[in-house]
Amino acid sequence: MTFDHTMLQKQLERILPTVQKPGRYVGGELNQIVKDWDGVETHIALAFPDIYDLGLPNLGLAILYQTLNAREDVFAERVYSPWTDMELAMRKSSIPLYALESHRPIADFDILALTLPYETLYTNTLNLLDLAGIPLYAAHRSDQHPLVIAGGHACYNPEPMSAFIDAFAIGEGEEMIHDIVNAYQAWKRSGQPRATLLKALAHVSGLYVPALYEPDYHPDGTLRELRPLDPAAPRRITKRIVAKLPPPPTNFIVPSIDVVHNRVAVEIMRGCTRGCRFCHAGFINRPVRERPVEEILQAIQTALKQTGYEEVALLSLSSSDYTQIIDLVDQVSKHASENHLTISLPSLRIETFSIDLMDKLKSSRQGGFTLAPEAATDRMRATINKPIAAEQLLETARAIYSRGWSTIKLYFMIGHPSETLEDVRAIVDLCKAVIAEGRKIIGKRAVLHAGVSTFVPKPHTPFQWAPCDTQEQIQAKQQLLRSELRGPGLKMTWTSPKDTMLEAWLSRGDRRMAEVIYNAWQNGAKFDAWQDQYRYEIWQVAFEQAGIDPAFYTHRMRAEDEIFPWDHISPGVRKSFLLGEYRASQTQSFRSDCRESCFACGILPTFAELRRANPGKHWMCPEVPIRKKKAVLEPVAS
Amino acid sequence: MMRCRITYRKTAPLRYTGNLDIQKIWERYLRRAGLPVAYSQGFHPQPRIQQACPLPLGFLSQAELADIYLDNDTLRPDDITRSLQAMPYPGIEIAAVEEIDLTEATLAGRVIATEYLAEWIDPLDADQLTSKASALLNAPQLLRSRRDRNYDLRPLIEALEVLPADSSHNAMLRMQLSARQSATGRPEEVVSALGYAPYDARFTRTRIMFTP
Repeated sequence: MTFDHTMLQKQLERILPTVQKPGRYVGGELNQIVKDWDGVETHIALAFPDIYDLGLPNLGLAILYQTLNAREDVFAERVYSPWTDMELAMRKSSIPLYALESHRPIADFDILALTLPYETLYTNTLNLLDLAGIPLYAAHRSDQHPLVIAGGHACYNPEPMSAFIDAFAIGEGEEMIHDIVNAYQAWKRSGQPRATLLKALAHVSGLYVPALYEPDYHPDGTLRELRPLDPAAPRRITKRIVAKLPPPPTNFIVPSIDVVHNRVAVEIMRGCTRGCRFCHAGFINRPVRERPVEEILQAIQTALKQTGYEEVALLSLSSSDYTQIIDLVDQVSKHASENHLTISLPSLRIETFSIDLMDKLKSSRQGGFTLAPEAATDRMRATINKPIAAEQLLETARAIYSRGWSTIKLYFMIGHPSETLEDVRAIVDLCKAVIAEGRKIIGKRAVLHAGVSTFVPKPHTPFQWAPCDTQEQIQAKQQLLRSELRGPGLKMTWTSPKDTMLEAWLSRGDRRMAEVIYNAWQNGAKFDAWQDQYRYEIWQVAFEQAGIDPAFYTHRMRAEDEIFPWDHISPGVRKSFLLGEYRASQTQSFRSDCRESCFACGILPTFAELRRANPGKHWMCPEVPIRKKKAVLEPVAS
Repeated sequence: MMRCRITYRKTAPLRYTGNLDIQKIWERYLRRAGLPVAYSQGFHPQPRIQQACPLPLGFLSQAELADIYLDNDTLRPDDITRSLQAMPYPGIEIAAVEEIDLTEATLAGRVIATEYLAEWIDPLDADQLTSKASALLNAPQLLRSRRDRNYDLRPLIEALEVLPADSSHNAMLRMQLSARQSATGRPEEVVSALGYAPYDARFTRTRIMFTP
């Protein structure tokens, strides 16, 4: 297809002045990479299916952008969802979705690679395909259409989106993306039909090609098996990881407009060893791997030089657990105070040491100090395996208020398995105790902001067997909080139960959810992650049209031996281990940090070979002798 | 501390970047160039970068002006130009750098008029444009309404000139508009008043005029 760049420019010139934040749609930012379109063999569009403002700072895509564009034979570009005003204008002028670097239509690309970090992006994904003029259903695509792949945390249960995605990349993409490109290039040169490509991709470790499988259901609607239809399709797809984190990206694209995170982001560590039972990220990102301090400092220096940014974020799931955290913070803060830099260090543990760290970073007191106790009674904390003594929280709070912060943000979750109204009331008591401390120390200036979200049981976690609270249960708990969590200095925010329902349906859905998602999109659902755009009624109708009861996915207690729609996807953690953790939660048994003693989650046998081939101290699992048989005898899902 | 006045062109990559964001971009540009920008005193120190006159979103410019303050007394304008040009920022082209006395009044307070070029995206009849422009200049008043406010556009127009099309561009309209406090003419308003759709033209600022 010929591409008329001038024509598109003229159309855009007329449209852009009429939409909000037109800077989202033009590209051309500092550090953008542009290559000669015709001089490159493979064109890849990296997509975040929400607006530019959210998608540009996404670190996963930044990593892929750098590593792909480092190849001479690849040109990787970016694409995001246009906001509703721009979508309308584009549809009116028949402008297809285009990439920001070349402004070429997405349909001209070889590969469209989407990141799906959370489930509420599913309808946006359909909308993005539609705006690109690519058939929504994978089965309807021909040799001329781009290969549509997806990765990211939500893909650990790929089934709800399996009808729309050609292949899912499970796990870490740094190395896998190159295997995908290589397989694609070999296929393209061969001139074989698309079906051959799909089979070739099924041979790539970590890739799941849903078209090569077929589900069978029991009469009660639960899964009997997911049957491979082709010898190329493995019965189980184990996630890919990198044995050692590669040097982090530094040449960040600097947006020309304001976006949610405008900063250098350096991942200091991947994974978490704390084993909080509700935490999806904690189970799918094992094992913990750290970057050396030197490498982090070097990356910060280089990135600051290349971007001119005034803010640096040190990212991980649990910053306090980074082995060299004091050394790192000391060195970073020295550099920061000399250069008017702001350093952010999220995910700190509830202990006074965290305040020492923030002090060293000369952190601004304005935004408040955030802690995430998640639950307020000892019984609940033992259930979710996040042990924090109430006295320790109060001591930390006292220290925060007395060392210059007037606002503390506490994150809680309601809806944990077996939670009672008494457990919820304890959140009120705890918050009141904290604000009382604050008022003793700094008087009326003290503020406590309680962010209370609602728990959704996630695949591949110990709570995957547990039902999600019903809307009535959630409302009763929120009602209690709203009526009692009041008083001077107290603020509370919560999640609408309807938002929680959507997340719950999509998180644990099976292949039949595809029809529901499609219906919802057809009925106008998009930007479901936006409170002002999400419409619960659309989804109710979508379920009705598909003849599916949403409660099947949300409120059902699963039998211990139920085969889950995501069982063929392995994060390296055994289902038997998760079940053991689920039972431990019911007896409120704690598991300590697994760097101290291994609880045999399955990561070590799964990646034994990889670890042997990449020795070193960066991998934080303890050395454990592995009994050979066990890995082999591990039960297969289907 | 020293103060420098930078004259620069704002080109296509930053066309849809608003004024607040340009401020941020200058801060990053200076950091990248290794120039020690000075910060204001107080609880939230801000980099001392002062733009002369905000440019409407979607406009290009051949003549933007910004004063920057540097924590340095020894740099010469040439050094600064070199540092900036060594780390180019997409959308900013440095035209000139000069040192300015620290005590001089701010640019923003001295703006009196601005000059723009409107270039039509598609070809149009230059003769027709010329006759419309003279009719506009001959009108005693041009009552218009913008953001629910009625005002007379005519006294804000200081000059209009039609530049006929040539091989490199379509017909263009050069306009000089008042830019005093609460008496600022907007070039899209002039194009509208001439009877054209404002989004059919591409606007470029060509000059900012100051009191001496």
